[in-house]
Amino acid sequence: MAEIDMNWYKPRPKYHEKFIQWFLLFCAAVSIFITLGIILILGKESLLFFKEVSIVEFLTSTKWQPMIEEFGVWPLLNSTLTTSFIAMAVAAPLGLFVAIYLSEYATDKVRGTLKPILEILAGIPTVVYGYFALTFMTPLLRLIFGADTVDIYNTASAGLVMGILILPLVTSITEDALKAVPYSLREASFGLGATKLETSLSVVVPAAFSGIAAAFILGLSRAVGETMIVALAAGAGPNFTFNPFEAAETLTGYIVRISGGDISYNTVDYNSIFALGLLLFLITLTLNIISRRLVRKYQEVYD
Amino acid sequence: MTDFTDNVKRRMKISSGWNMVFTISTVIGIIMLILLLLNIINGAFGYVVIENTIEPTELVSSGNLDELQKEDLIGILEANLSKGLIRRFENEKALADRSKTEIMSLVFERIIEPRVIESWTLSESILGKKAIFTHCKEEYPRGHIQFRSWLNGNFLTKQQSSTPEFAGIRTAIIGSFMIIIITVLFAFPVGVSAAIYLEEYATDNRFTRFIQVNIYNLSGVPSIIYGLLGLTVFVRWMGPLTSGIIFGLNDPSTSNGRTILSAGLTLGLLILPIIIINAQEAIRAVPQSLRQAGYGVGATKWQIIWSHVLPNSMDRILTGTILAVSRAIGETAPIVVIGASTFLSVDPSNIFSKFTTLPIQIYQWTARPQPEFRHVAAAAILVLLAMLLTMNGFAIFTRNRLNRKRSAN
Repeated sequence: MAEIDMNWYKPRPKYHEKFIQWFLLFCAAVSIFITLGIILILGKESLLFFKEVSIVEFLTSTKWQPMIEEFGVWPLLNSTLTTSFIAMAVAAPLGLFVAIYLSEYATDKVRGTLKPILEILAGIPTVVYGYFALTFMTPLLRLIFGADTVDIYNTASAGLVMGILILPLVTSITEDALKAVPYSLREASFGLGATKLETSLSVVVPAAFSGIAAAFILGLSRAVGETMIVALAAGAGPNFTFNPFEAAETLTGYIVRISGGDISYNTVDYNSIFALGLLLFLITLTLNIISRRLVRKYQEVYD
Repeated sequence: MTDFTDNVKRRMKISSGWNMVFTISTVIGIIMLILLLLNIINGAFGYVVIENTIEPTELVSSGNLDELQKEDLIGILEANLSKGLIRRFENEKALADRSKTEIMSLVFERIIEPRVIESWTLSESILGKKAIFTHCKEEYPRGHIQFRSWLNGNFLTKQQSSTPEFAGIRTAIIGSFMIIIITVLFAFPVGVSAAIYLEEYATDNRFTRFIQVNIYNLSGVPSIIYGLLGLTVFVRWMGPLTSGIIFGLNDPSTSNGRTILSAGLTLGLLILPIIIINAQEAIRAVPQSLRQAGYGVGATKWQIIWSHVLPNSMDRILTGTILAVSRAIGETAPIVVIGASTFLSVDPSNIFSKFTTLPIQIYQWTARPQPEFRHVAAAAILVLLAMLLTMNGFAIFTRNRLNRKRSAN
C-alpha cells in the first residue's frame, strides 16, 4: 500500500486571513471615528464660542445679531421649528393616508406603480425642491393670500415644500409598520363584521402605532436638518416671528449662508456656526434615537 | 332589525368616504411630482426678447456674417474693440491661428453682444403669445423676439458666464464627475469591507451592537453637519494634503484645501453609512447553504467570502451603491460649507483644483434676483434630473428584476 501523505491537512497559520479580518474591523470602526470626529469638532469649536458668549444668553435671548455681539439662538430655532411643523402638518396626515391606501386598499398592480413614483420623489435633490418653493409655491401663496401679506421669502412656502420632500420617507416607513401587523388581526376584525375602514382605523393603525410614530419623528428630524429649501425660500437674516408669511432664517440656512461666504477661522462668527451645528446635531440625534426605539418596539411585538 | 340595516348603510357610506380621502391623498402626492416637473420644464423654455448692441446689418450690409471670410471678421474685431482687449485675445491665442467659428463667436459675444432683456416662461409663452408680441413691439422696437430653449448645446458645453444667455455647465459637470469618482473610490471599499465584517466576522457582542446603532444614527445626521466635519478635517487640518502642497502640486488656483479631493472625501463620509446598510442587506440575502458548502470542501472563511459571498451579493451591493451615489450627486449643503467656488470659469485640471458642481450652480442661479438666471437654473435642473433618473431608474429596475428572479427560484 502506497504511503499517503497526510501532511496536506495540517493546519497552517493563516496570517493573511488574520490581517484581512483586522482590516475589515478597521473599516467597520471608521463609522465610529466619524461619530467621534463630529462630536469632537462640534464640541471643541462650540467651547471656543461659549468662552465668548454665555450659554445662558445663547439659549434664552431672542436676538441674533452678530454685528453687535448678540447671540440668542431663538430667532433661528423658532423658524426651524416653524418650517418643520408646517412640513409635518403636510406630511403626517398625507403620509399616513397614502400609507393606509398603499397597504390596505391598493391592488398589487397599483402599489407596483406607486412605490417607484414615491422613490423618484425621494431621489430628487433638495436644491430642486428649493427651486420649486421659490418659483412655484411662493408665487402661489402670494396669489392666494395677497402679495402684501406674503413676503417674497417666507417660512410657509419653505415648510409646505419640505412637507412634500419628507412625504415619501414618512409614507414608506408608515407602510412598513402597517404591513408588519399580522393578517390574523385583520381577519379577526372582518370576522366580527367590521368594514375595511373600521379594520384599518381601529385595528391596524393602533397596532402599528409605534411604527407610525417612529415615521413621524424621523420625518421631523429630517425636516429640522433640511437645508437647501430653507436657504433658498425662507429668507436670509434672523427674524424672531411667529408669522409664517414673513422671512426668517433657520439654523441650517444661517450655517450655509455664513460658511458660503469667505469666513476667517477662529472668529466668533466661525465658531458660532459650530455651536449651531452642535445644537442641530443634538436635536436630530435625540429624535433619531427615539424613532429607533419605537421601531424596535413594533418589531419585537410582531416578529 | 331596521336599525341594524340602517347602521350598515351608514357605516358603508363612511367607509367609502374615507376611501376617497385615501385615494385623494395619493393623487395629491402624484400631482405634486407632476407639478414639480412641469414647473421646471416651464422655466427652461420660453420666449425671450433680444437686443443687439450693434446690429449685424451695421457691420455687413447684407446682415449675414456667414458670407464673410476670416480675415474680414478679424478686421471687424479690430475696428470695433479697444486695442487692449485685442492684445488680450492675441495673448490667449493669436487671432490668425483661430478657426473661423472661434472668431465668429468672438464677434458675436463682444461686438454684436445680444442681451436678453425680458424673458417669459413656457406657460406664459403659450397662453399669452399675442400679448407678448404686442408688448415687445411697443417696449423694445430694436428687440428681436425668439423662442429659446435654455437647455441647448452651448449650455452643456460652455463655461460659467456672468451673462445668463452665455452661461454653461461644463465646469460644473466635470466638477461633479470628479468628485463622485473620489467619493466612490473612498466609500465603496470601506463601506463594503465594514459590511463584510459586521455580517461575516462580528460576534453579537456589545461592541458590534454599538457599531450597528452608530451606523444607523450616522445615516440620520443632517448633511450639513458632514459639511462642518469636512470643513474642519479636510480643509483646515489636512489643508496641505488636500490642496496638494506636499506633493509639490501647489497650483496657484487652489485655495487652501477647498478642493475636489476635500469635497469627494466629505461626500464619501456622508454616504458611507448608506452603503454599509445596503451592503449588509445584500450579504445577508446570500443563502447560508452556500457558505456551508464552502466549508464542506475545506475553504477558509476569507476564501468563501471572496469567491462565494461577494460574487453572489455584488449585484445588490452595486444597486445600493448607485442609489447612494445618486444621493451624493444631488447633495448641495455640505459642498457649500466645504467652500465650492461661487464663480469658476476654468475647468478643474486635477483633484487639487477648485471646483463647482451642478447642484451648486443650480443653488447660485436660483438665488440670484434676475429672472433670466431662473431659466438657466431650470435648464441645469433638467440635466441633473436626467442624470439622476437614469441612475436611479437603472438601479430600481435591476433590483426589481433581481427580486423577481430570487423569488422565482
